[in-house]
Amino acid sequence: MRKPKLSTVTDHAVLIAGSLFMMLPLLMILQMTTIPDTEIIQTGPTLQIGDQFDDNLEKAMLQASGFSGENTGMSMLKNSFILGIGFAVGKIVIGMTAAYAIVYFRLRFATLAFWLIFTTLLLPLEVRILPSYEVVQRLGMLNTYQGLIIPLIASATATFFFRQFFRSVPEELVEAARIDGAGPVKFFVDILVPLSKTMIAAMFIIMFVYGWNQYLWPTMITTDEDMYTLVRGIKQIVQVLEGAVVPEFGRSNMLAVVAVIPPVLVVVFFQSWFVKGLTESDK
Amino acid sequence: MKRAGFSTPWLPVLLLVPQLAIIAIFFYWPAIVALHSSFYLQDPFGFGSTFVGLENYTHLLGSAEYRRVAVFTLTFTLLVTFFSLALALLLAVKADKVLRGAKTYRTLLMWVYAVAPPVAGFIAVILFNQSWGPLTELFGLFGHTYMVGVNFNDTAFAMILASVWKQVPVNFIFFLSALQSIPRSVREAALIDNRSASGRFWDVTFPLLAPTGFFLLIINITYALFETFGIVDTVVKGEPGNNPMTLVYKVYVDGFRGNDLGGSSAQSVILMVLVLALTIFQFRLLERRIHYT
Repeated sequence: MRKPKLSTVTDHAVLIAGSLFMMLPLLMILQMTTIPDTEIIQTGPTLQIGDQFDDNLEKAMLQASGFSGENTGMSMLKNSFILGIGFAVGKIVIGMTAAYAIVYFRLRFATLAFWLIFTTLLLPLEVRILPSYEVVQRLGMLNTYQGLIIPLIASATATFFFRQFFRSVPEELVEAARIDGAGPVKFFVDILVPLSKTMIAAMFIIMFVYGWNQYLWPTMITTDEDMYTLVRGIKQIVQVLEGAVVPEFGRSNMLAVVAVIPPVLVVVFFQSWFVKGLTESDK
Repeated sequence: MKRAGFSTPWLPVLLLVPQLAIIAIFFYWPAIVALHSSFYLQDPFGFGSTFVGLENYTHLLGSAEYRRVAVFTLTFTLLVTFFSLALALLLAVKADKVLRGAKTYRTLLMWVYAVAPPVAGFIAVILFNQSWGPLTELFGLFGHTYMVGVNFNDTAFAMILASVWKQVPVNFIFFLSALQSIPRSVREAALIDNRSASGRFWDVTFPLLAPTGFFLLIINITYALFETFGIVDTVVKGEPGNNPMTLVYKVYVDGFRGNDLGGSSAQSVILMVLVLALTIFQFRLLERRIHYT
């Protein structure tokens, strides 16, 4: 056997240290979901794995932590999925159609539409948060899924991404389609959408994670506890559960774990699509 | 834009309407409202508002509190950007080099991308728990009593650590993909010309990564300015007090909690100008972006 070179050993050492830096915080949270709360307040996280996991899971998912009795883990999980999927689908549908109109049609006001849409890339929602809140309030959309999702869609990331992709599709395809007598709708549905499959998948993953992880906007828009998402609920969970006489760390950590698992699984399992989508969206 | 294209007149309009309607209602309208109310003084009880011209702005710029927050935001942004870029670059270079376990390392180093910022803040709060937090105990060994939420620097450090942890994966993914796109021929030529590995890195690899680096620089600055909101909010547990906070957090605190709509709007407008400046800077950089391959 060849003796490993010193540089290879240090390479691995650096990578292992990096991996531990990323992994240890989550492992600590996980460990804390397996031991009784009375033990946590004495010793904090330790290296031993206890038997409270099922118990904490049940408490976290089925018991409410708020006042109205409606923000159970299950209801927050449902809302998180609605936000993540609704946001991703909305963004893709609207982005694709708008990009299709901009790239494939001769339009008199195309340049104007282009600039109107792409200016939105410049200002994140965080900067215009209060006036956005007022607008949603005036439209009577507080504590609704529409109010939660639609304002988040008001930015052009997906449109920009699909515009870049459509422009890389060979022009001969449109010509061939037109010669064969395909109209714009047929071309879009039968040729462009199937061609964009990988791009759509990549975009879906990125947008799902982005929507799932929204915090500030849901914090402002949803005040009814049955509308909370997991990520939006996290601060409240911490305040209520850990402010109790015996702080319920097991349960609050379990909810944090549940908030993290779905997007992490999506990113890990569809890694190659996700990485491709991310690096090709290179604004 | 040269495209054969269709010339159906009504279809593109129909296709653009949903996008345009959404951005008109939820982007342009709020942006104009922010601009408008930044020139007014709002009555806290909702009885109308008075035009005050630039007073909201001059008041802000003259306020020591606003300057304190601005200085902290600048420091915070510099530290988070520097450390997350440097760490990610180091890890990407190593991950590009190793043969064994490359895929496992890649997964382990990038999954945190999917963790929400407030959850990162939540984890930081546990790591620094007053009575048993592992990092509190670590600092205790060096004789420092760590107090998140009480001591300004301690709180700031917890925020920076959580923000860096959350941002390393994005940078890692971009650096790694940039490294992997460096052509084999370039690497081999470098190998012949330069014997020392660190020499090769600084003279060949590093300049080749520069375009990605500039792009990430802007991404990281935007991240530190805006997306760390969730981290700041969970680490200070919603009680700003004398704790460190970023400019975006202040917009929220003043407008939503303090009901100072005019002041908060003026802060929004200042941030908008800042983002615009950053974007223009980015475009000018991209124009001059050098391509070696």
